[in-house]
Amino acid sequence: QKVSVEVLDHLEHLALVDFRDSEGVERLQKAIQFADQLQEVNTDGVEPMDSVLEDRWCLYLREDDVTEGNCTKELLENAREKLEEYFVAPPGNIPLPKLEERETFLQGS
Amino acid sequence: ALKDGLCSQVSAALKEGRVTPTELCQRCLALVKSTKFLNAYITVAEETALKQAEESEERYKRGQPLGILDGIPIAVKDNFNTAGIETTCASNMLKGYISPYNATVVQKLLDHGAVLLGKTNLDEFAMGSGSTDGVFGPVRNPWSYSKQYKEKSVPKSHSEEESDWVITGGSSGGSAAAVSSFTCFAALGSDTGGSTRNPAAHCGVVGLKPTYGLISRHGLIPLVNSMDVPGILTRCVDDAAVLLGSLAGHDPKDSTTIQDDFKPFELPNLTDVSKLSIGIPKEYHAPGLSSEILALWSKAADLFKNAGAKVVEVSLPHTRYSIVCYHVLCTAEVASNMARFDGLEYGHRSDMKDSTESMYAATRREGFNDVVRGRILSGNYFLLKQ
Repeated sequence: QKVSVEVLDHLEHLALVDFRDSEGVERLQKAIQFADQLQEVNTDGVEPMDSVLEDRWCLYLREDDVTEGNCTKELLENAREKLEEYFVAPPGNIPLPKLEERETFLQGS
Repeated sequence: ALKDGLCSQVSAALKEGRVTPTELCQRCLALVKSTKFLNAYITVAEETALKQAEESEERYKRGQPLGILDGIPIAVKDNFNTAGIETTCASNMLKGYISPYNATVVQKLLDHGAVLLGKTNLDEFAMGSGSTDGVFGPVRNPWSYSKQYKEKSVPKSHSEEESDWVITGGSSGGSAAAVSSFTCFAALGSDTGGSTRNPAAHCGVVGLKPTYGLISRHGLIPLVNSMDVPGILTRCVDDAAVLLGSLAGHDPKDSTTIQDDFKPFELPNLTDVSKLSIGIPKEYHAPGLSSEILALWSKAADLFKNAGAKVVEVSLPHTRYSIVCYHVLCTAEVASNMARFDGLEYGHRSDMKDSTESMYAATRREGFNDVVRGRILSGNYFLLKQ
């Protein structure tokens, strides 16, 4: 089953990267096909694993003490656009244009 | 014993004054320059390395070296944060990014007096197994220039000879090439699905993937948080043990490191293998396995058998699904981990100004290569609820 254009468009929105060309879409198709092999495995009664550390892993809470910080200057150093102690972003709350209005490879599909 | 390792031998030479840290550093830097065609290094930190070497020399003069690693030149894969030094992950997304901090493992090496020569080349964001997909070009295997390889090749024109080289494997190919070409004594790589072991095998050096949870990942730009580990590349096993000893241990900045106290160990001089059981997983004899590898594998098994170890066939029945599991888990975590690259706080930023989302999209379109984008999209697919 091929992935529908709606799903491909949805993925481009979620990932905020583009498929770019038919090769990109083909790559996804192959990835899905490859992963489908897992359907063959019977996992009845198998507990899901959440960490390779299994029972050695106890995620702990530490004391709520401030142990580091005060590095605003260093953190702003690598930002291209900033103002005083703010990172500057273009206007938010404007969704990406819909498929029909966007310049995307998927338009032709 | 550790005393036999190369690092130990160099350390002894430094203690006895047979060579100074500055001389050692200069010689390694010169070798880095003369092996530039390998493209193993992305950044060479010449000034800071020489400064570190001078400080090491002062310590040796006072008779107070910090340990075996004091004055030893090392290299670090370019996906570890190194304060004041560019960290690119071989991607346009991070070109020009100067880390504001040292990864824990880098800090530990510096605290032991190691001399950081530079950052090594890799596949973009450590995604790949050839070290061919980074924006700075592929890394060449030093063995491409060996007599054995040259003799195997058919005589060629000069330009054909120039392009006749073999890959290092990956993704830590730069680190493997750096160690293999003697430009440094040890290098840090990273290993998620073989990225330290693979290039180590290709370049004929020792590659150690430490058990997850042993070494801190703080400062290692993550690919798959559940599986990444810093990797160790050296020219002998004893050196790998020295490196492991200085890097392992709980880090409060990495909650996935186990909390047990790490006890540094000495490698025993193993001469009696009769108590060892070596398992040979039969499923590893997979379709498509080259006859050369099969022969080497059998040879290794025979070596153990003839030395008195118990060599038995074992079964790992789900072997053929392991790569599929890896593929799904890897892409899913990559989709999540790569989301931080949006141009706002660091790295490449597109000139697109229409909206935040369109700026993010343009930045990521411009900054990532096909492999990275492909994995992000696949990962997002696998994470879909439907």
